[in-house]
Amino acid sequence: MCGVCGCSSESAHRHDEAKHKRLIEVEQNLLADNNTYAARNRILFGRRGIFALNLVSSPGSGKTTLLVQTIKNLGDAFPIAVIEGDQSTDLDAERIRATGVEALQINTGRACHLDAQAISQALGGLRLPESGALFIENVGNLVCPASFDLGEAHKVVVLSVTEGDDKPLKYPDMFHAADLMIINKVDLLPYVSFDVQRCIDYARRVNPDIEVKQLSATTSEGMEPWLAWVRAGVLRAALQRPNNATKYHYVSA
Amino acid sequence: MHELSLCQGIVRIIETQAKQHGFSAVRKVRLDIGALACVEQDALSFGFTAATKGTVAEGAELAFIVSPGHAWCPACSQRVEVKTRLDSCSTCGAWLMPLPGGDEIKVKDLEVD
Repeated sequence: MCGVCGCSSESAHRHDEAKHKRLIEVEQNLLADNNTYAARNRILFGRRGIFALNLVSSPGSGKTTLLVQTIKNLGDAFPIAVIEGDQSTDLDAERIRATGVEALQINTGRACHLDAQAISQALGGLRLPESGALFIENVGNLVCPASFDLGEAHKVVVLSVTEGDDKPLKYPDMFHAADLMIINKVDLLPYVSFDVQRCIDYARRVNPDIEVKQLSATTSEGMEPWLAWVRAGVLRAALQRPNNATKYHYVSA
Repeated sequence: MHELSLCQGIVRIIETQAKQHGFSAVRKVRLDIGALACVEQDALSFGFTAATKGTVAEGAELAFIVSPGHAWCPACSQRVEVKTRLDSCSTCGAWLMPLPGGDEIKVKDLEVD
């Protein structure tokens, strides 16, 4: 095959661009742009000792309530900032700001997910929670956000017991992408037919390594293991920060 | 509908290639899609038509090469091909352990004028 135009002729011949089509090898990832921004974000988080979490779920799983309660418990221990993604309104950011923590709302408009470039831009308009935690609350959607790395340390998938225990099988990509699954609203278990063990089994089927925490953000039941997990992540990020000795201001909660 | 975002990614890749290789029209774009990638081919085709309007790739054909994903069967101790994350072992029916990969979405090559 001719290496120039891709035709079958082995001998030397003229290349008339108008007649010959060419084949160009590309081999480029469609998400290459996103992944470049994600890598940049990750480097920034590393340098500033920021433990960044990407919270994903369907709408109504209780992500914002979980964040509000988390901030109430940990807000005095280390700096926290929140990026909120929603199609429209800044109602969620308002709820976060009411706790005294800085929150930036991204309205995605027609888009169904946050991407790393949007996060990169948002970081420019936010006081960075150095040696602290950044929570990114993604658009309520269990499909699209699975594909987009934002530069976070972990994706955390929140599933509430009112949704059905078969969600991990219905939306396997998201449960495969997440490192931690939070089963929220466990105070409602007596009123719904949600089999916690079945849900965990299903999640581990698509992701054998997924960690699980069961809690109710509303009643605070089971919050402590989650808070401890966040504290440990922040501590790790702060300690791994380059030249961190003087900037490290973690206070035991 | 994140497929539209992905198609905008395709257009950016094509435009960079057009500058590098100096072509003015694209006849065919071949995508290499892992079977476990979180994309819908129909949605990609739809998004591709919209995203390529007014670009060098307008009117180009979008073709797919789907490569299988892989998983590990703990019962048979072997690597097996899978089409979804929920597939069981085709030999023994056991649950499978996921293996990395199989979820890539790449522009493989372009047929250009």
